[in-house]
Amino acid sequence: MLGSGILKGLAETAKNFVGSYIDESGLTTIEYPDERQTLAENTRQFPFLVFDGDDAMKGLRCVSCQICEKECPPQCIFIVKSKDKKPDHVGKPQFYPATFDIDLSVCMSCQICVEVCPFEAIKMDTEFELSTSDRFGQLLLHKGQLAKPNSHFQEIHPTDAAVSDAALAADKAKAEAKAAADAKAKAEAGIPRPLASSPEAVTIPPALGPPNLPM
Amino acid sequence: MEQIDQIFVHLKHGVVAFLPEGLQPLVSILISVTAIVLVFPLLFALTTVLERKGLGRIQNRPGPNRVGLPRLPTLFPWLPKLRLAGFGQFAADGIKSLTKEDIVPREADRVVHFLAPFVLLVPVLLAFSVLPVGRNMAALDLRETGLLFFFAAGAATELSVFMAGWSSHNKYSLLGAMRAIAQMISYEIPLILSSLTVVMMAGSLSLVTIVERQSGVNFGFLHGWHVFTPWGFAGFWLFLIAACAEANRTPFDLPEAESELVAGYFTEYSGFKFALFFLGEYLGLFAISGLGITLFLGGWLSPFTFLNWMPSWFWFFFKLFLMIAFFIWLRGTLPRLRLDQLMNFAWKFLLPMTLINLVVAALWHFTNSWNPALRWLLGAILLTFSYWILGRGFEAKFRPRTYRYAS
Repeated sequence: MLGSGILKGLAETAKNFVGSYIDESGLTTIEYPDERQTLAENTRQFPFLVFDGDDAMKGLRCVSCQICEKECPPQCIFIVKSKDKKPDHVGKPQFYPATFDIDLSVCMSCQICVEVCPFEAIKMDTEFELSTSDRFGQLLLHKGQLAKPNSHFQEIHPTDAAVSDAALAADKAKAEAKAAADAKAKAEAGIPRPLASSPEAVTIPPALGPPNLPM
Repeated sequence: MEQIDQIFVHLKHGVVAFLPEGLQPLVSILISVTAIVLVFPLLFALTTVLERKGLGRIQNRPGPNRVGLPRLPTLFPWLPKLRLAGFGQFAADGIKSLTKEDIVPREADRVVHFLAPFVLLVPVLLAFSVLPVGRNMAALDLRETGLLFFFAAGAATELSVFMAGWSSHNKYSLLGAMRAIAQMISYEIPLILSSLTVVMMAGSLSLVTIVERQSGVNFGFLHGWHVFTPWGFAGFWLFLIAACAEANRTPFDLPEAESELVAGYFTEYSGFKFALFFLGEYLGLFAISGLGITLFLGGWLSPFTFLNWMPSWFWFFFKLFLMIAFFIWLRGTLPRLRLDQLMNFAWKFLLPMTLINLVVAALWHFTNSWNPALRWLLGAILLTFSYWILGRGFEAKFRPRTYRYAS
């Protein structure tokens, strides 16, 4: 009969209405500032620079190769290479970024900088509450604000961090083995050869492929 | 109990008695007007929050629950944060609409554009004056023309809608206004015809008298509300459907149709004028719900004789609250009709049903001496049969459509 569909609909909405008071778990809303969703592991928002050890400026992995700056689609990265060098994690002297700025208002969270980085130096952060009241001063993040310890990376992306740490460790072991072999060869041959100028010692870590592909 | 029932009446008389003779009628009117202008907009404020919360729950979300009392942390750091379950929302909305910029389109007819919200609000408020909200609590008891006055005032809102739509000089506004006029005129006929049954039975156009006529007692405990008769029952639902359309409520909210016409006739209104339209629309809903209560649900009468001790105004507002809740429930359930469905429904279903209902009411009147059960059965059969016949044609028409080429 006419109207039976309306009655069915009314019963359905009444069920929802009453049910939402009996069992609150049916409500899909997460009341954001009070409640928070647990973020998915692959969440990414904005890049940060990884450093090892306690001193951010000393332990920065970035060697200022500027690949990320060139690859960045919206061109939001600005790097100035240093004049001097400092030793990297394997002890090899490398350049470091004198300036490393990322423009928050331009970044589109694409993660391409992370994927092209051969030094595991830039990673995506999960922090999303980045708004500020000063749009000219606070949206351009500098080296000091971008640097975060490796422990932070291990905390937010444990799987990716394990892969990254393993690659770096393998890299370091390889470098050490090579150094030991070189020292041995040097001792055997008796030819003095400085380690730093050895062409075989320039090892670039193998590209790992995309470390944390979304989805 | 008698004292509580008549507390507002006594209060008014008490205040008026203090004044000199010449001022008394004027002050008496002013007090009644103030009461209407205060109570119903407050009810509107409450309803907006309740509606949003209710719709939220229907859609499995909590609805507004954050805005409470304003807290000025710099001035009163010791004040706790009071959320009041979101019931401060209406104040925030009101302040917002008051402080928003009032934009008038360059091409608009400024005078008409300005007048339209007031032309909507004034007749709606006038309509409240004849509603008896309690025993001896009608602001204006028009003995000869009460119901007529109500409908005359209610019909003036159509003018405002068209004023708003025409003066905005905007195609959405004009389309919305044209839809509104077509809809309101079509549904006014079933609305008036369904209330006509009550006038026939009560023999009076005075809303106060109509309520008093329903105070008879059935089975020793049930009040003789008109809704307990077959014609009253059918009439009530027909009235409710037509009232829904008159008040532009979902599923008949075609004049606004935000998904098709932006906001219909008040597309070009912003700030406080928009709020006035909003207010006028809700007050219209309350007024017509109040009329439905008065005509069919016994007005301020309690449902059972053993509940007579409760104050009459409580019963009126309780019923009004239930009606509003029903309209919110309906809004959360039904999608909007198409314009042709709307018109077909009014002219091919509602109109014949109200005419048949008039015949049933006449039969009821002339079979007064019959056995009540037989009388009831006759009316019920007549109405159910015609409902079935009329509804069958509709169901055939509104069968799920098959798309020959698309599927």
